[in-house]
Amino acid sequence: MDEQLKTELRKQGIVATTLQELYNWGRKNSLWPLNFGLACCAIEMIAASMARYDMARFGAEVFRPSPRQADLMIVAGTVTKKMAPQVVRLYNQMAEPKYVISMGACAISGGPFKQGYNVLKGIDRYIPVDVYIPGCPPRPEALIDALMTLQKLIDKQALTGADRPRHLKAEAPSEFVVPHFGEHDLEPPQNPEVWQPELVNISLAGTDDAGNN
Amino acid sequence: MTLETIKSEIEATVPGCVLEIIPNPSPSAQHSLRIDPAHAVAIVTFLRDAEHLRFDYCSNVTGIDWPVKEISEKVKVKQIVDGIEQEIEEVRKSHTGGYLEVVYHLFSMEKKHGPVILRMRTEDRAERVHLPSLTPVWQSAEFQEREIFDLYGVIFDGHPDLRRILMWDGFKDHPMRKDYVEPDDYEYEPTAHDEVLERARQHRTVMGAL
Amino acid sequence: MSTTIEPVLAPSSSANAGESQLLELSMGPQHPSTHGVFRMDVVLDGERVLRLKPVFGYLHRNHEKIAEQESYLGSMPYTDRLDYICSLTNNWAYALAVEKLAGIQVPERAEYIRIITAELTRFLNHSALIGFLTQDMGASGTPLMYAFRERETILDLFESLTGARMMCNYMRFGGCRVDLPAGWLDQTRKFVATLPRFLDEFERLLATNEILMARTQGVGVMSKELAINAGVTGPILRASGVNYDLRKVDKYGIYDRFAFKIPLGEHGDTYDRYMIRLLEMRESLKILNQALKDIPEGPIVDPKTKIRGFKPRPGEAYGRIESPKGELGFYLISDGTANPYRYRVRSCCMMNLTVLEQLCIGHNVADVVVILGSIDIVMGEVDR
Repeated sequence: MDEQLKTELRKQGIVATTLQELYNWGRKNSLWPLNFGLACCAIEMIAASMARYDMARFGAEVFRPSPRQADLMIVAGTVTKKMAPQVVRLYNQMAEPKYVISMGACAISGGPFKQGYNVLKGIDRYIPVDVYIPGCPPRPEALIDALMTLQKLIDKQALTGADRPRHLKAEAPSEFVVPHFGEHDLEPPQNPEVWQPELVNISLAGTDDAGNN
Repeated sequence: MTLETIKSEIEATVPGCVLEIIPNPSPSAQHSLRIDPAHAVAIVTFLRDAEHLRFDYCSNVTGIDWPVKEISEKVKVKQIVDGIEQEIEEVRKSHTGGYLEVVYHLFSMEKKHGPVILRMRTEDRAERVHLPSLTPVWQSAEFQEREIFDLYGVIFDGHPDLRRILMWDGFKDHPMRKDYVEPDDYEYEPTAHDEVLERARQHRTVMGAL
Repeated sequence: MSTTIEPVLAPSSSANAGESQLLELSMGPQHPSTHGVFRMDVVLDGERVLRLKPVFGYLHRNHEKIAEQESYLGSMPYTDRLDYICSLTNNWAYALAVEKLAGIQVPERAEYIRIITAELTRFLNHSALIGFLTQDMGASGTPLMYAFRERETILDLFESLTGARMMCNYMRFGGCRVDLPAGWLDQTRKFVATLPRFLDEFERLLATNEILMARTQGVGVMSKELAINAGVTGPILRASGVNYDLRKVDKYGIYDRFAFKIPLGEHGDTYDRYMIRLLEMRESLKILNQALKDIPEGPIVDPKTKIRGFKPRPGEAYGRIESPKGELGFYLISDGTANPYRYRVRSCCMMNLTVLEQLCIGHNVADVVVILGSIDIVMGEVDR
């Protein structure tokens, strides 16, 4: 619709919008996070919801303890292999539409504890992640920036068509395989449907520009 | 009250115990006393209850893995070579280690002195890894001994509830041992080099052409 | 699959009225009040707790194994992440242990800076804890916001000093990393002068609020003998009446130059544990005022120490400090190389959890939450 016509109508007290805009506007301004802090990043998440860096302004004030009532899971902190099945189970229990923010270096890829035998190298091995926040720990402003990025992402989601989001597609999975404890490691160690890391041209790595080893 | 006086008092009170002072070469001068597992409970009960000692607070229980290490030292020996007595250098190889060790740091809250450091060694790192549990004497050893069982594999006899504490129950290895091999949950890196590059190449061949 | 405990009794199959059935409940690892990923398997008779088994290890990040592969200095950032609310005291504990191992002396100005930062850390830890208590009791975050307001100001001071809000990585073996920036002392003095009024507000909350008093007095009583035998340290030990504070016993650093008292509790219940922390905050202010007045000029690190290529002689050392939660100790064994042979963290939070079951038996489920809050655990330190 013509923007000028819209502003003219608004001056007369008539608001014109599309259903998609309205739907996304409502959703993005009331993202309820799941009360889910794992480690040090959780303290920065709490600080982000306190009086100084107020997350309530963005509608994300109400931290729900139950996954059934939450839309957003902020995985804040190191995910260990002992905790990973619980994280995936919580994600499965959340109702669609649901989003995941992976906060901190540990949740992205294992972080400083990457050499650990008990550390899961990134929560995106099992569940799909929408926004990643680097940092150790990221400042509360970075968390707010991630929330705004997620809001922009939600704003662009279409209601119909092939690129509509997952929760509007009947055949897209919303629950993922929960790993279980094996004898030496989690089984499976990653979920190949979810985790598709970028392929590296291994044959070229380790050679210089001229192609010599 | 030095470690030597404590040692002689223990030897006087608990007959048959085998004690050894292990000196500590660092500037902290915290020498430790090695006790034998058979008399351990009697020794520590004496340490806890004796009027002038009263070590009622067991602060820290540590597990240490000493794998077998070969040390070779050059020794000059006199030997008869071609009819002439000569001094030649011989390389003597010996072994240290081959056991798991548990170290206890004891303090006294009543008398405000300490630390007294006790050590107990198992016989080997494979089967004979039993040590007496000191949890009946100090409850603070409960969780720490469970942790040593979990991460090192030392079995404490007499512990009220010996099961894994930090890893999950079905886990089979003892991760803090020096010969533990981590599971290969390979991670793709855009700038693989050195050993990560090697592992990436191996994973590639396993997974087939990509 | 996950750790379970055997129930005390098999559920009764008869349908007689009045026969109680036992409920086995798993609180956690995702729970709004368990202060991190901590799980308690409780066996309940109605609302009363019969047995309680703590289950942790959900944040076991094998810090000790990583430290065996890192150099001594390389483990310093990892110590920040142990008790992640108070990172500077963790750094000090590790630096103290290495200084004992290698016989390094610390210059005076560095000792004063260490004490100032440690007492500020103690203040922010205790105030955050009292805020979390009210949050656990259902106050929906408002007193927590007041506590965090003070925490934010202290974090600003730390950021201007060390460069990071939380993971400060500030202490070095033989002193501190950087000197105080210009104007930092005046800023701190001005801030510390405003703190007694904040403490009065908090004390009014604790001393006159009926709900808080009814829910915490007489709950979770810990006797002296149990506390000593179970290796409990820190404010909860002193709340049971045992006078054991490492700042007075070991006199590490230069604490023997400062005049401060050790508050002791009488009853050993949850209320005492919180009042002790409030009183300790006042003592911290005393120490801060003295330290901020007397801090001398001088170097902040011993000029003779080698920071890179640090290889201590073979030997071992156990160094401990009074962190805000208890006795935090580091036991290091060196074999003469650049990496420690054994690096062990004596974690005060894990030791303090030993008594959780005995404190909670006979109380209601709601009291379990309050008792756990008063023990003050941080999972980064329990699991390492």
